[in-house]
Amino acid sequence: MTESAAPNSAGEYIHHHLTNHVIGHGFWSLNVDTLVTSAALGLIVFGVLFLVARSVTAGVPGKLQSAVEVVLEMVQTQVHDSFHGDAKIVAPLALTIFLWVFAINAMDLLPVDLAPTIAGLFGVEHWKVVPTTDPNHTFAMSLTVFILCVIGNFVAKGPGGYAKEALTVPFGPAMAPFNLIFRIIEDLAKPISLSLRLFGNMYAGEMVFILIGLMPWYVQWILGAPWAIFHILVITLQAFIFMILTVIYMSMAYESH
Amino acid sequence: MNINATIIGQAITFAILIWFTMKFVWPPITAALDERAQKISDGLAAAERGKADLQLAEKRSADALVEARQKGAEIIAMSEKRRAEIIEEAKAEAIAEAERVKAAARAEIEQEAHRAREVLRAQVSSLAVAGAERILRREVNAQAHADLLSALSAEL
Repeated sequence: MTESAAPNSAGEYIHHHLTNHVIGHGFWSLNVDTLVTSAALGLIVFGVLFLVARSVTAGVPGKLQSAVEVVLEMVQTQVHDSFHGDAKIVAPLALTIFLWVFAINAMDLLPVDLAPTIAGLFGVEHWKVVPTTDPNHTFAMSLTVFILCVIGNFVAKGPGGYAKEALTVPFGPAMAPFNLIFRIIEDLAKPISLSLRLFGNMYAGEMVFILIGLMPWYVQWILGAPWAIFHILVITLQAFIFMILTVIYMSMAYESH
Repeated sequence: MNINATIIGQAITFAILIWFTMKFVWPPITAALDERAQKISDGLAAAERGKADLQLAEKRSADALVEARQKGAEIIAMSEKRRAEIIEEAKAEAIAEAERVKAAARAEIEQEAHRAREVLRAQVSSLAVAGAERILRREVNAQAHADLLSALSAEL
């Protein structure tokens, strides 16, 4: 694509790379690339985990089992430090988020032209290979977490306790309407910030990769390699942040303020 | 940012993944980790116990050694004593035996002497008789004078 570096085609190049493969119109349309890529990565990651879990041994572990154990113990430690309830879902939820987001973010490290080119071979015009650059994906995750938080609130405090907390914290019963408004803003801010943080980081990162892709091929590595190496940190960090914030939100749901 | 039905699809995928992890991935691996931790702590405890046992056994063997040495010394002393006793006994016995032999020899000598005396006496009496015969130059009926002769020999 380097020979098409003229302003007009550069804009087309960027636009092409940032367009989802959409089926349908309006709201009831589907970003096929997001769905397929994330599902495939989910199958691979959790299929491997399942294989490890099936053959897991308390004796001397293999390399793969050790790797899984390292991740799992990291997640377990984080959850143990932040979450003091007894809900069984939190640690597996955190592990799922961390590994899935990590795997999806890692797609960012693929050469930017690879996925669209392969898709082009099959006659598909667009293929945005990093689902976390699609707000549909990040919002789906954060809203699911949000729903789990609401369920956690109901389970841990009961409807009465939940309502009482929403009406009396932080200013006391006399300011109930303000408390409720604050609570609604706070609860809405959580999933929005959670998903936009991940989306923004990955979208910006992908954008930089695309811009680097616009440069002549013989200088791309000067910027591309450092950015990719730096991005290894970014994708891990973003997965970790999403995980740890989820654990904190869940602990807020299960514990009284 | 065009939100569309993808959000629902992604939420479903996410929910399935959470459920799957919770059901099939998390429990067995954490169970194995707990089990291994348990095994390791058991192993460490066993090693600690083994060390203590070894120390105890070492102490016990040292004690046994001391005791055996003591007993050996005792046995040696006792046998020493016994030896002296046996020697003393043997000495006493030998002395007694010598006394006995001496006494027997003395008795025998006395008997021998007695017998010799008897024989001498008999010979003296027969010599006396023969002398008397010669002196009397007469037929002396030995038969008739037996009483006299034996009385004489008894007197000698």
